[in-house]
Amino acid sequence: MSMDRDISQALLEQVNQALNQGTPLRIQGSNSKAMLGNPVTDEVLDTRSHRGIVSYDPTELVLTARAGTPLRDIEAALHAAGQMLPCEPPHLGPEATLGGMVAAGLSGPRRPWAGSVRDYVLGTRVITGHGKLLRFGGEVMKNVAGYDVSRLMAGSFGCLGLLTEVSLKVLPRPRECLSLRLPMGCHQALEALAEWGQQPLPISAACHDGDALYLRLEGGEGSVRSARQRLGGETLDSGFWSDLREQRLAFFNDPAPLWRLSLPNATGELHLPGRQLIDWGGAQRWLKSSAPAQAIRDQVAKVGGHATCYAPGAASSPPLPAALMRYHRALKQQLDPQGVFNPGRLYPDL
Amino acid sequence: MNILYDERVDGALPAVDQAELLQALRSALPDLEVLHREEDLKPYECDGLSAYRTVPLLVVLPERLEQVQTLLKLCHQRGVPVVARGAGTGLSGGALPLAKGILLVMARFNRILEVNPQGRYARVQPGVRNLAISQAAAPHGMYYAPDPSSQIACSIGGNVAENAGGVHCLKYGLTVHNLLKVDILTVEGEHLTLGSDALDSPGFDLLALFTGSEGMLGIVTEVTVKLLPKPQVARVLLASFDSVEDAGRAVAEIIAAGIIPGGLEMMDNLAIRAAEDFIHAGYPVDAAAILLCELDGVEADVHDDCERVAAVLTQAGAREVRLACDEAERVRFWAGRKNAFPAVGRISPDYYCMDGTIPRRELPRVLKGISDLSSEYGLRVANVFHAGDGNMHPLILFDANLPGELERAEAIGGKILELCVAVGGSITGEHGVGREKINQMCAQFNSDEITLFHAVKAAFDPQGLLNPGKNIPTLHRCAEFGAMHVHHGQLPFPDLERF
Repeated sequence: MSMDRDISQALLEQVNQALNQGTPLRIQGSNSKAMLGNPVTDEVLDTRSHRGIVSYDPTELVLTARAGTPLRDIEAALHAAGQMLPCEPPHLGPEATLGGMVAAGLSGPRRPWAGSVRDYVLGTRVITGHGKLLRFGGEVMKNVAGYDVSRLMAGSFGCLGLLTEVSLKVLPRPRECLSLRLPMGCHQALEALAEWGQQPLPISAACHDGDALYLRLEGGEGSVRSARQRLGGETLDSGFWSDLREQRLAFFNDPAPLWRLSLPNATGELHLPGRQLIDWGGAQRWLKSSAPAQAIRDQVAKVGGHATCYAPGAASSPPLPAALMRYHRALKQQLDPQGVFNPGRLYPDL
Repeated sequence: MNILYDERVDGALPAVDQAELLQALRSALPDLEVLHREEDLKPYECDGLSAYRTVPLLVVLPERLEQVQTLLKLCHQRGVPVVARGAGTGLSGGALPLAKGILLVMARFNRILEVNPQGRYARVQPGVRNLAISQAAAPHGMYYAPDPSSQIACSIGGNVAENAGGVHCLKYGLTVHNLLKVDILTVEGEHLTLGSDALDSPGFDLLALFTGSEGMLGIVTEVTVKLLPKPQVARVLLASFDSVEDAGRAVAEIIAAGIIPGGLEMMDNLAIRAAEDFIHAGYPVDAAAILLCELDGVEADVHDDCERVAAVLTQAGAREVRLACDEAERVRFWAGRKNAFPAVGRISPDYYCMDGTIPRRELPRVLKGISDLSSEYGLRVANVFHAGDGNMHPLILFDANLPGELERAEAIGGKILELCVAVGGSITGEHGVGREKINQMCAQFNSDEITLFHAVKAAFDPQGLLNPGKNIPTLHRCAEFGAMHVHHGQLPFPDLERF
C-alpha cells in the first residue's frame, strides 16, 4: 500500500506544540462518528496520514495497524486471509478509520455473542497528555502486566490520549453463514431469544423490526444446518446485517432523533413514544423518537439500561452518577492535565 | 535484589502502632473479627507464592460490606496501607502482606446472590469460588468460562483483581471478557459500580481498567459474571511429535485451517515424563513434545473439526494422533496436563512457575533460549504451554535447601521473562505482576510508561494506600534494578530481531 506512512513523530510534535501553547486539539479521522458526543471546535489533529498495516500474521490471530488506516483496508486484508474483526464495527462512513473505531468503541450485530471492540484490543501506542509516545499491551493474547491502559482507550473518544497504533485480536471467519427471516411479533421474538440464549445454538445476530425476527447463524456446516432445520423461516440475504450495522435500513430514514438503548439481556418489550428496532438479540434497541431526552433516559434506566442520542449536543452521552463522574475527572486530570485532547467531547467538563 | 517490600526503593510507609490501631478498629467496628497475635497472623504471611513471606500488622475478616466501608474510611483517615486478599491462591504475591499494613480478607463474602439463566449472568460476592459459580449454573445447562487451574479454591474477587485466565482463553477469553459488572469500594470507602447489567456502560471503561489492577485501585465487593450455555460435546486429540518445532508449527497450522480449539496445550519431554509418571495418562514418554487439542461445541461441528485437526497434525509431522475414545480417556488426557505442576513437584524438591507470553511463532527460539539458560544456570526447566494463546509456564526445578539454588532459580526466571519481552511478549499472561515480577516490569515498560501507570493509580488512590508495592514498580526500584537501559530496542539478547 503506497499510501502507508508513519507520521507519529509529526503527530507528537503537533501535540507538544498544543501543550506548549495551551491550545486544545480535536482528534479526527474521517469524522464518520461526529454524531456522537458534543461537538469540539478546537484545532483539528487529522490522523489519516498516519496509516498502514504494520504487521499481520494470520496464524498469530493478531493485526497491528496505524490509527489512520481505513477500516476497509483492514477488513480487506483480513478477508483475503479468511479472517475478520469479530466485533463487526460500524463504519458509518466510507473512510472510517481504525482509530475512530477504537475511540468510539462501537460494535456491530455480532457483539453479544463475539464481544465488543475493547474485548479485541490487545495493545496500543498512545501519545499522552504529557507529550510522550508510549506503548501499552502488545501483540500477545494474554498480557496482565501493569494496568490495562489499552482497553481503557477503547470507547474513550480520544479524551485520554491520542491513539497512534492498535493491535487487535482477529478470528477466522466462520465456515458457514446463513441468515433467516421468521415472521413473528416482538413479544414472541424476545421470549424466543431469551430461551435460545441459554442453548448452544450458532446464532451470531438477532434483530426484530416489528414484523419479523431476523437471525444469522454462523458456525460449522453441521451446526448451522441443524439450527436452520430447527428454527425454520425463509432465508435472507446476508447484506441485511451490514445494512443494519451501517444504519441503512428503512427504519433509520425516520426524521426523528435516533437513540441507542443499551439494555440487559432478556429485557422485555419497552414502551416508548416512537418506533423501535431490536438488535443484539434484545440487548440493544434503536429508537426513533422525538420524546424528551429525560423521559427516554428515565424509562431505560428503570430496566437497568442507558440511552445515547445519535445527534451531537449536550444530551448525547448518558449522564454518570456523581461519584463515578468524580473519578472520571480525576483520571482525565491525571492523564491529560492540560485538557488538550477533545475537551468536552464525552462530557462537558472532561 | 530483594523482593520483599523495601521502603528504601519502594517508598516510605507510615509507621502505625499496632495496639493503637487495634484499639481504634475495636471501637469503630466492635463486631469485626481482627487477628493480632503473632500465631494468628502467621497463616496469612503469604499467598500461593510461598517463597515470600511477611507477617501482616493485623488481619481483618469482615462479613458485611459496611464493615469493609468503615474499615477503609478509618484506614484512609489514619494513612494505614490495606492489602486485599481473596482465597490466597495467587502465584505472583499479589496478596503478600505488609508488616505495616492491614490484610483485608474478603473470603467470608461467599454467597451466590443470583443465578439468572435468561439474563445469562450470575451475581456473586467476591469470596465465591470460581468453580462454585459454574456448579450453581450447571442445573441451567450453563457455566462461567474462565477456569484457572486453581478454580476449585480461587475466589472470583481475586480472579477480577488478577484478570485470571485458564486453559480455554483463546476461545472464551480471560476474566475481563466474561464480566458484566463489578462493584467496588474506593480507598475512601466510596461505592462505585463499574460496567452495568447491559453489555456496555457510559463513560470510560473503568471495568476494563480495574480488571487485573491487583487490588491497587479499589476493593471488589460484588461481581456480575456472564454465563454461557455449556458446549454439547468436547473431544480431545493427543498428538506426539519428535521436535517442539513441529509441534509449534502444528499449532499455527490448526489456526490457519480456521479452527479455534477450546483448549490447545503443549508439554515438553521433561513435563511429559513427570506427568506420565504421576498420572499414567497414557502419554508417550519418548516424545519431544505433545499437543492436547480440545474441540468443543455442537456434535456435528466437533466431529468435522476433529477430522480436520487430525489431518493437520499428521501433515505437520505428528508421529501419532489419538482421539480420546471416551469421556474417561478425555479426562485422563487432561489430568496429565492439569497435574503437570504437582507432577514436577514430585521430581524436584521445589519448583518455580513462570508465566510469560510470546507470539507463538517465537516458540522454537524461546525454548532454545530457555534450554541454553538451563545449562548455564545448572537447573532443569520443564515446559508447559498454553500453546493456543502463547502463554508459557516454564517450571524451574530447584532445591531450596541447597545454598544458592533459590537465588539461581529467581535469576533464571528473571532471564526467561526478559527473553519473553525481547521477542515481543509479556512477563505475565495470567498470574499477575504482584511482587514476584515487580523488577521485570522495568524491562517491559520504560520510565514514562511506568510514570503513566502511577498517574492512573493517583486518580483513584493518591496516597498509595491500596496494596502498595505491587504491580507497578517505583522508578527508584527500576533504577536500582538497572533494567531501564534495556528497554525497547536496546534489550538483552542482541542476536534477536526486533519488531
